Amino acid sequence: MVTMQDYAGLKPAWCPGCGNFGIVRSLNKALVELKIEPHQVLFVSGIGQAGKLPHYTRGNTFNSLHGRPVPPAIGAKIANHELKVIAVSGDGDAYGEGGNHFLHAMRRNHDITYMVHDNQVYGLTKGQASPTSDTGYVTKTTPYGASHPINPVALALSCGVGFVARSFAGDIDHLAETLKAGLQHRGFALVDILQPCVSFNHKNTYDWYRQRVYKLEEEKGYDPADFKAALEKAWEWVDRIPIGVIFQQVSPTYEEQLPALQKGPLVKQELDPGQVERLLDEFV
Amino acid sequence: MTREFNFMIGGEAGQGVQSLGLILSKTLARGGYHIFADQDYESRVRGGHNFFRVRVKDSSVGAIIEQVDLLIALNRESVDLHRGELSDGGIGVFDGGEQEENRKDLVNVPLERLAEESAGDELMTNTVALGAALGLIDYGLEILRGVLTDYFGGKVAEKNLKAAQAGFDYVRKNGPGHFRRRLRPTGEARRMLLTGNDALSLGAIAAGCRFMSAYPMTPASSIMEYFASKEKELDLVMVHAEDEIAAVNMAIGAGFAGARAMTATSGSGFCLMAEGLGMAGITETPVVIINAQRPGPAVGLPTRTEQGDLLFVLHAHHGDFPRAVLAPASVEDAFRIAVKSFNLAEKYQLPVIILTDQHLASSYTTVDRFDLAGVNIDRGQLYSPEKGKETEYKRHKVTKSGVSPRALPGMSKAIVVTDSDEHDEAGHLTEDAGDRNAQVEKRLRKLKGLGREISPPKQYGSDSAEVMLIGWGSSYGALREATDILKREGVDVNLLHLNELWPFPARAVARAMEKAGRCCVVESNATGQLARLIRAETGIEARGQVLRYDGRPLTPAYIVDAVKREGC
Repeated sequence: MVTMQDYAGLKPAWCPGCGNFGIVRSLNKALVELKIEPHQVLFVSGIGQAGKLPHYTRGNTFNSLHGRPVPPAIGAKIANHELKVIAVSGDGDAYGEGGNHFLHAMRRNHDITYMVHDNQVYGLTKGQASPTSDTGYVTKTTPYGASHPINPVALALSCGVGFVARSFAGDIDHLAETLKAGLQHRGFALVDILQPCVSFNHKNTYDWYRQRVYKLEEEKGYDPADFKAALEKAWEWVDRIPIGVIFQQVSPTYEEQLPALQKGPLVKQELDPGQVERLLDEFV
Repeated sequence: MTREFNFMIGGEAGQGVQSLGLILSKTLARGGYHIFADQDYESRVRGGHNFFRVRVKDSSVGAIIEQVDLLIALNRESVDLHRGELSDGGIGVFDGGEQEENRKDLVNVPLERLAEESAGDELMTNTVALGAALGLIDYGLEILRGVLTDYFGGKVAEKNLKAAQAGFDYVRKNGPGHFRRRLRPTGEARRMLLTGNDALSLGAIAAGCRFMSAYPMTPASSIMEYFASKEKELDLVMVHAEDEIAAVNMAIGAGFAGARAMTATSGSGFCLMAEGLGMAGITETPVVIINAQRPGPAVGLPTRTEQGDLLFVLHAHHGDFPRAVLAPASVEDAFRIAVKSFNLAEKYQLPVIILTDQHLASSYTTVDRFDLAGVNIDRGQLYSPEKGKETEYKRHKVTKSGVSPRALPGMSKAIVVTDSDEHDEAGHLTEDAGDRNAQVEKRLRKLKGLGREISPPKQYGSDSAEVMLIGWGSSYGALREATDILKREGVDVNLLHLNELWPFPARAVARAMEKAGRCCVVESNATGQLARLIRAETGIEARGQVLRYDGRPLTPAYIVDAVKREGC
């Protein structure tokens, strides 16, 4: 039996009241409810306050570089596809420094879950604008206001993502359920998590989000398989912000299509130099 | 006296210069000859001027020479550009149209017309030329038949053979009587004919590398293509990544999870990988990175050769961490070094860089069949869990050797944690000064064991000599031959050649240099990077220097002339 205790990690070094506390609790809850054990999980995180998350839960961890959690997560998943691989980023990590990896991971449909702690600001470097900061958002690096933000949900949809959801760090049950849906999805699953930054983002606060979010699960007739409806929801922002599974469609994953993985994980296959013997003939 | 013959095939991109060169090389190799063949091509898909040189000997050969005995000119430009390189008695085959007469050094063969007549396809012009060449040297077409069948199969092979026969018959009937050089098959040989890239691919697969991620870049691309072509047959995975940053990071992820993993690129791709290199260093993750050098900086000369990345790969990334750098001397050495690299990467849990260059990457050499029984896979200290004690596992445990037993995530109940931040023994990020020092020192301690694995440089010729040539990497064959030529000309000379460069075998190099009268470092770069490395690591300054940085390979003649000129 897996319990919340199994996922007890180190004491977080996050600011009191940080949205990340809600995220790590929701994640642990989701993993426990899915009966996944810590040794079956691999967290691959980037750099930023979100990147520290794996240390504050429990599981195999590769805390990689800024912007880079997705490629090592892909490599690890292909090497051992029995691992439940969860990539963890902030908005700067995922949509700024790691933008190219993000696009292509969705295009290729790797079987990993990508949690993006989206607080619309840089926390670790102390308050600069991020790729998702609202238009006009004034910071030390954007004295005349931030440019147009990236819309991660619309971007994901345009890349043919198989699963995209949004949730809110202030609603642990909703976030846990959303993460569970993402973790159970076969293929690339993006969960963009609205995360208040209590130290640097004084605009997009808990209250700001609370007044705006509404649950798609409670929307009558909303069908996450409907791509056009999903695109419409993706562009809904500011007055009302939809949370929940926005789009889901299962298609073959990258890993499923690899002939080498049909015999089980690469890491469990025997290494035999003799295999090369017949290749040598081709050079004679 | 050894028998030797040099071919050149010249033409524009798209005329099949490379295919023809390879088919010719294979045909000669199967007839008992040793081959060294290099490729000179421009960065374009059509047009321009490309050539393929095939050096044929009845003993082993490791370098190309400038002289041409038989030029197969697929266009007029090739005649104009290379006629001057013909040896005394050498000859060129070309299609000069109906007006031109044969000359002493040129035989006019209606290649296009014969292609149309024999195979109904003017695309076969190059094969007609090949048949003519084989006719001129009296090689016969029997071996070519087998090669064409293997290369094209069935109908296409038959069509090609008809074209070759037409060229062959034409020169037998109309060929210049004065051309007397003959090169007949000497027997049957089963040697392999392959490039440095091929040898690295085979070595990697033999060493158990199952995962490759890469982004195409000349001259490294054929490695990823080969790897991908064998995915199904040998249960390999090759991910064509979105960029080199992703490529190295994917390989590191696969390495962390426990698969033997690699990537391959050239200099500017390696620039992008510099970031990942240090991450492999601090997370102690095994990964093998091939850098097939080309002249830089930036895009430089994309299809040409240089040894200009030595100091870069030794120092790439910020901060201090251990790495290994190996630079194969030849195709055979490339196979051996590929295997060794994967063992070192896992034994010492660090990045290993294989430094080749365009010349080695894309030149063909005949070698004896690789000995697979001699391939030893050593995965180093893999953690084996003791029941109930898994929770105590510490990925970065401080040890005397610096190597911590490596658990693989998901393979036991041990939780494997690592971080690109400085971390404690358990892998959790820390800013504690004590932990920092312990981890830095532990990582650097691995250099000691690693250093003991580095083979001493190869010394060729006498133990001590008045002049010692020093070189590294792909120039071994050219340097060896240059040493022989200089010796024949009365120079007291020997050769010191490095192929395992880091940790630097300082003691062995210093000992050899102390015995030499004068040292002359020969390398393909503009600033003498090996000479600087030697000075930094041994305190000895080599006075003589032969440098080449025009993007063309070092050849025996180039080295001999420069040594004489510089008076090394």
